[in-house]
Parts: sequence; structure tokens; C-alpha cells
Amino acid sequence: MKKSRKALALTMAGCMMATAFAGCGGSGSSASDPKTDSSSKTDTSGVKSIYFLNFKPEIADKYEAIAKQYKEETGIEVKVKTAASGEYEKTLTSEIAKSDPPTIFQINGPVGYQNWADYCADLKDTELYNMLTDENKSLAVTKDEGVYCVPYAIEGYGIIYNDEIMQKYFKTDGAKAKSTDEIKNFDTLKLVVEDMTAKKDELGIDGVFGSTSLKTGDDWRWQTHLANLPLYYEFKDDTSSDNVILNGLNAKEISFKYADNYKNIFDLYTNNSCTDKKLLGSKTIDESMAEFATGKCAMIQNGNWGWSQINGVDGNVTKAENIKFLPIYTGVKDEEKQGICIGTENYFAINSEVDEATQQASIDFLVWLFSSDYGKDAVTNDLGFITPFNTFKEDEQPTDPLAKEVLSWKAKESEGIKNPEWLFTAFPSENWKNEFGASLLEYVQGQKDWSKVVDDAKTSWTTEREATAE
Amino acid sequence: MQKAIKKWFPVLALPTVVAFLISFLIPFIMGIYLSFCKFKTVKNAKWVGFDNYLKAFANEDFINALWFTVKFTIVSVITINILAFLFAMLLTKALRGTNVFRTIFFMPNLIGGIVLGYIWLMIINGVLQYFNATITTNASYGFWGLVILMNWQLIGYMMIIYISGIQNISPDLIEAAQIDGANSVQRLFHITIPQVMPSITICLFLTLTNSFKLFDQNYALTAGAPGKSTQMLALDIYNTFYGRVGWQGVGQAKAVIFFLIVAAIALTQLFLTRRKEVEN
Repeated sequence: MKKSRKALALTMAGCMMATAFAGCGGSGSSASDPKTDSSSKTDTSGVKSIYFLNFKPEIADKYEAIAKQYKEETGIEVKVKTAASGEYEKTLTSEIAKSDPPTIFQINGPVGYQNWADYCADLKDTELYNMLTDENKSLAVTKDEGVYCVPYAIEGYGIIYNDEIMQKYFKTDGAKAKSTDEIKNFDTLKLVVEDMTAKKDELGIDGVFGSTSLKTGDDWRWQTHLANLPLYYEFKDDTSSDNVILNGLNAKEISFKYADNYKNIFDLYTNNSCTDKKLLGSKTIDESMAEFATGKCAMIQNGNWGWSQINGVDGNVTKAENIKFLPIYTGVKDEEKQGICIGTENYFAINSEVDEATQQASIDFLVWLFSSDYGKDAVTNDLGFITPFNTFKEDEQPTDPLAKEVLSWKAKESEGIKNPEWLFTAFPSENWKNEFGASLLEYVQGQKDWSKVVDDAKTSWTTEREATAE
Repeated sequence: MQKAIKKWFPVLALPTVVAFLISFLIPFIMGIYLSFCKFKTVKNAKWVGFDNYLKAFANEDFINALWFTVKFTIVSVITINILAFLFAMLLTKALRGTNVFRTIFFMPNLIGGIVLGYIWLMIINGVLQYFNATITTNASYGFWGLVILMNWQLIGYMMIIYISGIQNISPDLIEAAQIDGANSVQRLFHITIPQVMPSITICLFLTLTNSFKLFDQNYALTAGAPGKSTQMLALDIYNTFYGRVGWQGVGQAKAVIFFLIVAAIALTQLFLTRRKEVEN
């Protein structure tokens, strides 16, 4: 009896040890030398699996299906893991330190790259980078001579409007415009919106705009996307280079000279909203998208990704053909030529810490995804990406209404329309955005003057740039 | 038997020791080491000395969060313990259905902090809506919201501990006091409270550390809004870690300081209340 107990204790102890140390096994194997030139195609025959850490939970199952197809075609297993919404940085931080780290991961732009620079492989000579169309090569994140992150999806945002409600308004007596084509600047927009608010009962809406969601964590449409516009004009005025994103990255401080333009549109949103100003602090994006989908409001600021949200709401009454984009006009001089904001914060990076064959296999997978017939079909129809790659022909683009709108605004560039770039990827830190969002909330609640909001945003920019400087 | 235990002690203790090392001691030491480093993941740490600590103390948010946490802790420790003790007194009387009430009061403690935070957010916003306000309208709404939430969650748990303390008081003592002519107030302060001192020690320790380390409820209920005025220490550490590129080390340094503060407070409290405990 005694003996068997001893034996049991020993086995138990042994088991504990075994399980405890299993996690540590093989950690040394990933360290290899990734320095050699990757232009000569590396032999990937030994690679059995690659690991893709997905950023977009809403299309996780689509990626699974793609991975399955890829395994059938090539025998290489693509492990797809999806981080929960808003948890990507956290998941990546813990996953990348493991013995089996992600080989393909997502970066949100130049500032995100600074965070992960140690882990990003140089993609300059890869097929993936060379597949970018010439105009989109400038979007890739570069440092010195190297290219470290390659964009894979272009998105656009503006004021989404429900044309059905707009048409109803244009038919009312004394309408300030006859069609949305006449809305070409802030003054007209303001006239129309305020007139619509006056006639809201007639139009059957609670307010013109959906709630300006200012709950912490749900305020990125204002502290990031809307903030893009005044800063875009500011960095455009900066003559040090033609590249506004670069100017933004180099800006140690901002003058925020277009702050009043921000105030124009922000006040218009909150004064003509379907929710009282004082209650905006509890509103989420989901709630305000639902307001739009159920026809309680006529306009809402968001991007083409919002289509799935609108479409997915129970009781959605908006029709695909009635959903369109209007540029966000803020009262800047000559804004008649301004389009919607088009850019990207979706970049792929390849983990430089894994062995070279695996890196190459990961690149091969992405090249396959964006150039093979199966891959392209999946990207266009399942993932719904407007890609920046030259492998996609004009008819191989997503067909949802907002993506089509983005493409048509992009096409208008040939007629002299300028779509502002996304330069919020050059904002100094998350903290800057969060503090700005918090200021905005205090402003709508009447606890902070606008001038203080502006001053705080300026000070915060300087502090954050200094704090995060190398 | 004794001898056998001694002989086999290292083997028998090994699983626990190994588990303790791997899941507690090693991460703890690594955490302290990382607080002196600039790092992104645990693998690419670069030594920077006390730089992170200097930045942490120069950071206004940290000091503000510390004050908010201290205020919150004081208020919630007092309210939770007084209310829990009152409920315990009430539910140790010979009333009908005490067991049902005990169970009901204990139940909130079984729900996770994040869920509780969102539920209370809905309740509080639902009420404030009638006054055209939300919990973010005023920092004091957030403060009292957190206090209410914390009370609701912890009172039941503390109550159970107090009940067991009160039930352990020998009836002889109470009877003797009654015969000596002590009224109910005198009995409370001279018999009951000294006798339940061990429970008070435990309850104070639990409420103090739980309030100080509060994260989930804070994150779900206010997330620091308006501004960062209702941000507690743990949330500030979290935001520092993810809020700026290259500030992970500073977040880590704040976490180490946080640990030292919590440990110091808890040990002082244990020392002070232990002295007051009486033997049965």
C-alpha cells in the first residue's frame, strides 16, 4: 500500500514536470538568421505550416475556408487565429513571444510599425510588394531602404446617407437643395441639415445624424477619423514635403489651425442628432449604426466596413441602392473638390524572427491569396476588400454598395476630386486619440470650452511625440 | 510515519514547488526585471535602468489615479464592512428564511466583474437618463457608481464571513453579559466585536486589497470617463501599457510600484488588526 502510494506520488510529480516543461520545449528552434537576401527564392519545401493572426473577427470563418483550400492545393497548413475585436495588440504581444509565433500579422500603419519594428521582415524584393500598383506603393510602410509593411485593403469613410430620406426631403416645400449633388460644401450641408431637422416629423426621423457615440472605446469615429480632416489640411499646408503622412509623422507639434472647421462639423453632428447632447457619453457605435439602419436618422459618419453592420441589424429598412457617401465638408476653402477619406490601416507584416523558409512560405500564401483565381474571388466576394494590388482587374472588385461608392469616388480623382489620405496612422499615440476623445465628450457635456479642447489637443500632441520619440 | 514524511518531503513538495516557481515566482521576477527595460515582448527587452520609474512618477495620470483609488478604497472599505456586519447581525437573529436571504445576498459575488460593470452601467444610465445625464456627465457619478457596485458585489461575501464569526461566539459569554446587566449596545461593543476580530481582519484585508486592485468593474463601468477622472491605478497601468509606443516598460514599472503599495497597505492592516484579536 505504502509502496504504491510512493509510486503514485512520483508519477504525479513526473506528470507535473512534464506538462510544466512542455510549454518551454522548442523555443530555441525559431531563432535563425534572416539576414540573407530574400530575392533569390528560398526553398520552402520543408515548411509544413504557417500561422496567420487575423485582425478582423467578422471574416474569421472566411479565412478558415481559404486556409482549407490552400492546404488542398499546396499541402501547407495555414493556422488562422483571430484576435477578438480591439484585442489585436494584446493577442499579438502574447502570441509572438511563444515558440510557435504568428508568421503573418497585421500592423496599423507607420506608428504601429515603430512598435513592432524588431519583428518586421524587409519585404522590398518580394513579389507581394511588387504586386502593389505604382500609386499604392507609396502606402507601404518603409524605413530607410526597406519596406516592412504592405497594405492589403483600401477603405474609405465619409458621411453615409440614406438616399430615400434625402429624396423625400428634396420634395418638401422650400427644400434648400434639389439633390445631393448640390451639396458641395459645408454651408450647403448646414442649410440642408438644419432645414431637415426643422422638418424631422414630416420626414419621419428622430434626427438628421445618428448618435455621435462618445462612450470611451466607441469614440474613434471622432477622435481618429474626423480628426483626420483638419490635420490633413494642416499637413497639406506644410511645405516640407508633398507627402502628408510623412509631414504628420515628422510634426513635433501641431497648430491645429483648422480646429474651427472641426468644430463646424462636430457641432452640426451633435446639434442635429437623434440623441440629446448630454446623453452621447453612453452611446456606442453599434447603437448609432442601428439608428441608421432602422431609418431613425438620415446620415451617419462611418466607412465602407459599416455596410455589414447596417445590413446585419434586425429591422434594417435601408436598401442597398439607397446608401451612398457624401464627403465630410468642414468649411475649408475650395472644399468643392474634396472627396471622401480614402486610405488604409490594414498592413501585412511578416515575422522576421521565424526561419527564412517559413517567411517565404508566408509570403507565398499572401501572393496566392491576392493573385490566384480562387484567392482573388475569395478576397473580392468573401472578404470584401478593395485591394491595392495590380492583379485585380476592374471587374474584380467588391459589390457591396459602400465599397462601390469608394471605388466611384476614387475614380473621380481623374476629374480633379481629391480624396484626403488617412493620415491618422501618423498620430503620435493611442493616448493622443483617447485624450482628444475624452475632451470632446467634456465639450458636448458643456464642461470644457472649445478653446481648451484645442489647447489640450495641441499640448497632448507635443507631449505624446516627445514621450514616444526613440 | 513522521520519518517517512520527512524522507519523502522533497518529492511530495516538488509538484507544488515547481508549479509555484513556474506560475508565480518566475513571472514575478521577470516582471520586476522588465520594469527596468524597454521592451515590446518579453523576448526583446533592453535594459534602461530607472528610466521607467522616473517616467512613471513624472506622469500626472498616475498620481491622479492613485488619489482616486485611495478615496475610493476608504469609502468602499467603510461602507462594505459596516453594511456587511449589519446584515450579518440581522441574519444571525432567529428569523424565518435567514438561509434564503444569506444565499440571495451572497449571489452577486458569483458574477464576474465585467458583467456586473455592464449591468450596473445600464441600470445607472437608465436612471440618469431621466435627469438628462449619463454616468460620464460628472466624475462623482462614476465614483459613487463604483462604490455602489463594489458594495453590491462584496457585501454578501463579507456578510458570510461575519456570520460565521458571530455564530462562533460562545452563548455563555452573551448570557453572562446579560446577567451582568449589559444592554445590547454594550454587548455589541464589548462582546461581539472583540470576539469577531479575526473575521474583521479577514474582511478588512479582502475589501482593502480588492478595492485597491479594482480593474474589471472600473473598466466596464466608466473606463475612466469623463477624461481620466475616474481612472483607478490598475486601469491606468493597463492604459499606459497599451496607450503609447514604447511605454510598456513604464506600465510595468507602475505595476511594480502598485504591488509595493498594495503589499505595504495589506501588511500594515494585518499587523494592526491582528493585535486586536482576542483568544476565545
